[in-house]
Amino acid sequence: MRFYRALLHLYPKSFRSEYGNELCSLFGQQWRDTSGPAASLLLWIRTFLEILFNAFAVHWDLLRQDLRYTARTLSRSPGFAIVAVLVAALGIGAGTAVFTVTDHALIRPLPFAAPDRLVALWETTPGYSRMELSPLNYRDWKARSASFESIAAHRGLSVNLSGQGEPERLEGSAITAELLPLLGVRPAIGRIFTAEDDRDGAPGTLLLSYGLWQAAFGGDQGVLGRKVLLDGVPATIIGVMPRNFHFPRRDAEIWTPMRFAPAGFQDRNDNYLNVVARLKPAVTLKQAREEMRLITAQLSREYPKENARHGAAVNLLRDEISRQSRLLLAALFGAALCVLLISCSNLANLLLARALARQREIAVRSSLGAGRERLVRQLLTESSVLALLGGAVGVLAAYAALPLLARLVPQSMPVPEPSIDLRVLLSSLVFTVITGIGFGVIPALRGASSTSLQEGARTGAGVRTQRLRSTLVITEVAVSVVLLVSAGLLIRALPGVQSASYISFLPMTVRGGIWPVSVDGNTQLDRSENHTACLRYVTPSFFETLGIPLRSGRDVSDSDTASSTPVAVVSESFVKRYWPGQNPLGRHFNFAFQERTVIGVVGDVRVRGLEGPSEPQVYLSHMQVPDNTITWYAPKDLVIRSSVDDATLLPAVHAIIRNADPALPISEVRSMADLVAEDTGPRRLQLRVLGAFAISAFLLAGIGIHGLLSFAVSQRSREIGVRIALGAQSGDILSLVLRQSLILAAAGVALGTGLGYSAGRAMQSLLAGVSPADATAFLASITIVLLMALFGSLVPALRALRVDPTTAIRAE
Amino acid sequence: MATSEPPVDSFLPLPPATFHILMALAAEDRHGYAIIQDVAARSEGAMRLSAGTLYRSIQRMLDQGLITETSERPAPEFDDERRRYYRITPLGTSVARAESLRLAQLLSLARASGFAPGRA
Repeated sequence: MRFYRALLHLYPKSFRSEYGNELCSLFGQQWRDTSGPAASLLLWIRTFLEILFNAFAVHWDLLRQDLRYTARTLSRSPGFAIVAVLVAALGIGAGTAVFTVTDHALIRPLPFAAPDRLVALWETTPGYSRMELSPLNYRDWKARSASFESIAAHRGLSVNLSGQGEPERLEGSAITAELLPLLGVRPAIGRIFTAEDDRDGAPGTLLLSYGLWQAAFGGDQGVLGRKVLLDGVPATIIGVMPRNFHFPRRDAEIWTPMRFAPAGFQDRNDNYLNVVARLKPAVTLKQAREEMRLITAQLSREYPKENARHGAAVNLLRDEISRQSRLLLAALFGAALCVLLISCSNLANLLLARALARQREIAVRSSLGAGRERLVRQLLTESSVLALLGGAVGVLAAYAALPLLARLVPQSMPVPEPSIDLRVLLSSLVFTVITGIGFGVIPALRGASSTSLQEGARTGAGVRTQRLRSTLVITEVAVSVVLLVSAGLLIRALPGVQSASYISFLPMTVRGGIWPVSVDGNTQLDRSENHTACLRYVTPSFFETLGIPLRSGRDVSDSDTASSTPVAVVSESFVKRYWPGQNPLGRHFNFAFQERTVIGVVGDVRVRGLEGPSEPQVYLSHMQVPDNTITWYAPKDLVIRSSVDDATLLPAVHAIIRNADPALPISEVRSMADLVAEDTGPRRLQLRVLGAFAISAFLLAGIGIHGLLSFAVSQRSREIGVRIALGAQSGDILSLVLRQSLILAAAGVALGTGLGYSAGRAMQSLLAGVSPADATAFLASITIVLLMALFGSLVPALRALRVDPTTAIRAE
Repeated sequence: MATSEPPVDSFLPLPPATFHILMALAAEDRHGYAIIQDVAARSEGAMRLSAGTLYRSIQRMLDQGLITETSERPAPEFDDERRRYYRITPLGTSVARAESLRLAQLLSLARASGFAPGRA
């Protein structure tokens, strides 16, 4: 019998307390009617199944009843329902979308086998913490190190693919045969490179990305063995990589073997190899670093001239994502958290106010015999419905926003496009339900436990609840100040970013290189003193076309040929470093294998983004590229300045090029404005996303203040009525309401200003020189928030003014 | 919870258990166990209500106003104080009648189609 009673706990409490005794006595009757162990066993089994089925049915009946009731109450206050759902949706949507992106970029392991053992290797010198390796050092490191299972190299590749439809310009990577096995990747079809493909002089081979295979070859299986031309050199397609393989960047489309010609092993300072390695299972990162330190020290002793003060950096591949991208994602993550926080507190506020307003209803229902358990159950259903609706809308919004946010993941990362996964969905769901239950049920429950009809008659809000709600509003205001300030600072930084990008986006920047400089006969190639400069080959009128000012001397000209004196145009920062305060024209320095004569000085450009100062630059004449040695740097991009519009210009350019050489592929003909837009695009996108968060937070805080004051006014209408009856003027009443709003706003602003400053400092490197204490951004944000507070309190204040003293007092 | 009585038709068709309980209560007030026994006897064992089904139906029927709990008790020597007695309401009677009518009409239709024995 005791077991039977225990089984009855499967029923809802209300049902059990109502019919438990009856059920027990019925069961007792049946028990007495049965005899024999077989019959008793049968009775038990039947009873158990029966209880299971009916308990579920009773729960289901209650749920349906509660859902109907919820639908009725919510449709009676649609404004509340819509606002609550939207508020929840906003927070959850922002949270889900941003968490998805952050998860992909920062949290997930890289999509390679045992990714935590993958490292990147760099050379270091006192000036540079991450420098590519030269083939010679690569060969020596590989031969001498014992910490790694395998070491592989790759370098950027940009080739014209022809012999197959329209010629195309493709980005990709030249890789050594060890690379793909090292990453643990197998091809989707065909084979990957072998050591044979790496041999100098082997027939050309290439691998396609899945995307390129689909786009350019229609996913044709017969593509294997097909011959194409890469920059005019025949090569055979040997395989297609899997759909989710991206390396070293997300946009890599093609891979070719990397071959080292004997000529490549001449200069220990010809650094162009990116190197990845896989740690042996038993070796820690620290041990590998220690070993590499010993090896580089040894190499420094063996090659004191080239490898002086050289070191090695061993970084986890995962940590290679740039600090700036990391920071931006972190900032967005923070912003999304803020929005989530604010929307939760708003939801809490809404539900609290509603629970308080419903105390009377709850009191009536409980005095009519509804058990506490039934009431809680009812409220639970209602909150969960609101939260789930909000969650559903939020996830839909996140889906819609994801393609946009996906562009925030830097192209330079070897990860696929983010997509919402089950974990994120589930955590959003849990989060919503907790919010709903936490703020919808607990306050109501407190109400329900203490409520009697008498108390319900006087709708007095508890002081504690009032204080909680005020705290929530202050938090909302503070968070929206933080977001507005952050967005404001980024907006202030945008012009700097744009102009900086404009001049940094030289089409030949990627073909640059860093070379040692030695001045005035000092031929020792000493990198330790940071005597380096960026090299770029240019054609005449390059500076004029791109708007780089010529400060003195002359541009390179058609007469600077391979047979004439090697000349160089240098940047102002180059002059400042090597000949401070002197006239550089006509001076000589040794650079990229040759003695150069300075013929001109041009303005600085920032080639490496906004963080560092401008590095010294050297521009050499394209006619003076030495044969076969550094052709990689030879100009391949054409820049045209024109006063006509693109539509007229582009066909003309095509015609001229076709005339000159019909076989020459023309790729990526784009206007400079497009290039600049592309370059600043992510930045503006980030700003827009942050701006959207700031606006959401701002609106939410407005709703919060409005809700709090409306509620306070309706709570205090009797007090206000009495005051009016006692002769209070409109001004008094108005200041009564507005004072409350301003106190909340001021507290929030004070808190938010401090936090905003910290946020600004944290993202200082994104601000392109704008101070994190930028007065304009702060003043604008504070003004906006104060105006919002005022606006939010307008309607409640007017309602307070319209309180009719006679009705208010009669209600007493 | 219903303040005004809903139309009789809105209850139709009745779930079998509900109809059986109404029939069991037609002649006299009964407690739960008596209902089960009466239903079993009336249907010659074809309809055996389980305890859970019975009280689930009773709860719903109380809500709908088809039956009430009665405070009148039989003579103390027959009474068990744990037992609750239920009585059919006028609404319950009307609903049971309407259901019977509905079934009768259905049956005559079935006869006309040759599905059921008896005169068409």
